[in-house]
Amino acid sequence: MTERPILEVRDLRKWFPLGSSLFSRHRQQVKAVDGISFSMRRGEILSLVGESGSGKTTVGRTVLRLTAPTSGSITFDGQDITRLSRRQLRPLRRRMQLVFQDPFASLNPRMTVERIVSTPLIIHDEPGGIAARRAKVEAALQLVGLLPHHATRYPHELSGGQRQRVGIARALILRPDFLVADEPVSALDVSIQAQVVNLLLELKDLLGLTILFVAHDLAVVGHISDRIAVMYLGRLVEVAETRVLFARPRHPYTEALLSAAPIPDPTVERQRIILAGDIPSPIDPPPGCAFSTRCRYATEACRAAVPPLREVAPGHLSACIRDDIALQAPRHGALTAPSKETCRCRLRSTGYRVTIACPRPSTSSSSAPASSASAPPTNW
Amino acid sequence: MTAAPVLQVEDLSVRFRTRGGEIAAVSGVSFAVRPGETLAVVGESGSGKSVTSLALMRLLPPGAAVTVTGRVGLRGKDGRMLDVLTLPEPEMRGVRGDAIAMVFQEPMTSLNPVKPVGEQIAEAIRLHRGLDRRAATEEVVRLLDLVGIPAPRQRLASYPHHLSGGMRQRVMIAMALSCEPAVLIADEPTTALDVTIQAQILDLLRRLQERTGMAVVFITHNLGVVAEIADRVMVMYGGRVVEQADVRPLFARPLMPYTVGLLRSVPRLDLAGRRAGPLPAIPGNVPDPLHMPEGCGFHPRCGDHVAGLCDARLPELESAGEARLVRCVRWRELTP
Repeated sequence: MTERPILEVRDLRKWFPLGSSLFSRHRQQVKAVDGISFSMRRGEILSLVGESGSGKTTVGRTVLRLTAPTSGSITFDGQDITRLSRRQLRPLRRRMQLVFQDPFASLNPRMTVERIVSTPLIIHDEPGGIAARRAKVEAALQLVGLLPHHATRYPHELSGGQRQRVGIARALILRPDFLVADEPVSALDVSIQAQVVNLLLELKDLLGLTILFVAHDLAVVGHISDRIAVMYLGRLVEVAETRVLFARPRHPYTEALLSAAPIPDPTVERQRIILAGDIPSPIDPPPGCAFSTRCRYATEACRAAVPPLREVAPGHLSACIRDDIALQAPRHGALTAPSKETCRCRLRSTGYRVTIACPRPSTSSSSAPASSASAPPTNW
Repeated sequence: MTAAPVLQVEDLSVRFRTRGGEIAAVSGVSFAVRPGETLAVVGESGSGKSVTSLALMRLLPPGAAVTVTGRVGLRGKDGRMLDVLTLPEPEMRGVRGDAIAMVFQEPMTSLNPVKPVGEQIAEAIRLHRGLDRRAATEEVVRLLDLVGIPAPRQRLASYPHHLSGGMRQRVMIAMALSCEPAVLIADEPTTALDVTIQAQILDLLRRLQERTGMAVVFITHNLGVVAEIADRVMVMYGGRVVEQADVRPLFARPLMPYTVGLLRSVPRLDLAGRRAGPLPAIPGNVPDPLHMPEGCGFHPRCGDHVAGLCDARLPELESAGEARLVRCVRWRELTP
């Protein structure tokens, strides 16, 4: 573990100024990324998860230096790249590449696959003539499971999955060691998603890639990542190894996120934490813990100061001050566990859907939970 | 389960004439939905699930390029069965939004961007329920409150771009529910939303359904959502129904190899972080509607296909036990 991390991000901030009107004195800032730190070891897949607006895509773009950070530092393989100029970045670009979400919008419809995939070679003045370039394109296509004859096709002649493979071939043709994959499977059909996930995992092993995987689908993230970093409103709220995070989340937001993921099994008894409302505005985040406005465990202390991300177990970081609460892991929640919302479930024995209103965790009253079942009534 | 269906679809087919040739977008689809029941329609792009829903609403563009055949029976508010496909357009306009309503995938493109949301919802209410402006406004406030929009009265004057994705979808649902439809068609209503908001919307739909007893046709590709919301499931592939069953038997013992493959290819949350080898993916691609394979549409991607059998002719959609249908010539030998 003493190996130098391939990527080290310290206190990264990326604020976007809002367009100021003629009359406004103060320029408001969208704090898309507001002070996050993490590092990645070589060959690792780290996933950034969070709702839209959490800043996960901005992190991906900023560590690639596609946008300049507002403050903080980014160190890539020992070299500080935070303030490098375009020209200085150029040699590094070939080592860090991006796979886009939308395989329809990210490929030029007027270029053949061969031209799309070979463009990075031209940009980086890769030595060798047309024949060498063609051979490299063919090798890259083969790598991602496409056939040589696909080189002459145009994007519209390909399916969504094939297009995403072209996007991956383009990202890999310069043999980078670091890849940012921004929602690479979420625009694909279900039966194709698994193919692309498998491909990314295979390529990672084959080429020794390090992948920063930006996604919101927890099932995919759970399968592909070594570690997961959960973002909320521009900050990291929890970082842990995948297995640990799923088995024992330590931040209430992670708990809610995991419980919201639909499980493809109608017999599972769910205990869902339904978060009220939306993610707050990153222009004017709530004071203290940004999640406190939607958190069922929030106290006055939570709103007083921004809780720091701290180690709660070896390698497990969480930004929650409430150490006294026991959070539930997905699927393991018992029906009697406290919940602000109603619990919905199906009875395993009968298949009836039951709604149970549970008392809030803070209320100490011993009133029996009110229950109502869909007809025919059960004797709850 | 003895209640008569509110929506009965028989042998529905939709064909498009395109420059490349004729496309059979939907072929011989039959199903029925009863009051209070949720039917999930599962399929990938090109499976015909969205075209089916548009045909039910009679929202496919009229003209010679589109041919719709079959029968769609819808129980009107007065209790009699309407023949949706032959209804004259003026009458259909009275049914659409009233007896049958629809929620679309992308609320941003389905709401009018230059009209306040309050007015947009009131429009349907005034049209179908004949309320005056003031009464309609009160009704809109009630509906917005019902779908969980905070401070509904203040939201009346908001434009769609003022609202978040989840809020917009709630507005769409409020609009769809405004006339208490007997059938709600929800076409991927949560696909564009975050999981936390998806959970809110699914919960909302379930509660509203319990309250109003409406039937829901829920179109989705997300099997997790299916497991959560459906009573019955219809799996479509290449414009055809390939399997139909109650939700529990379908997940417990899928019969059609495509359904089996779909269920296996979804990563399991309980195995997260275990890296239990590659996901069992379905090979190949979704078929091109202009070049549908001969025989069973799924056979080129099917690990169990037998040459000379599966590619010879289209398998029948046959009964496979109580309330179960499957389209596979080999299902008996393939399922234990």
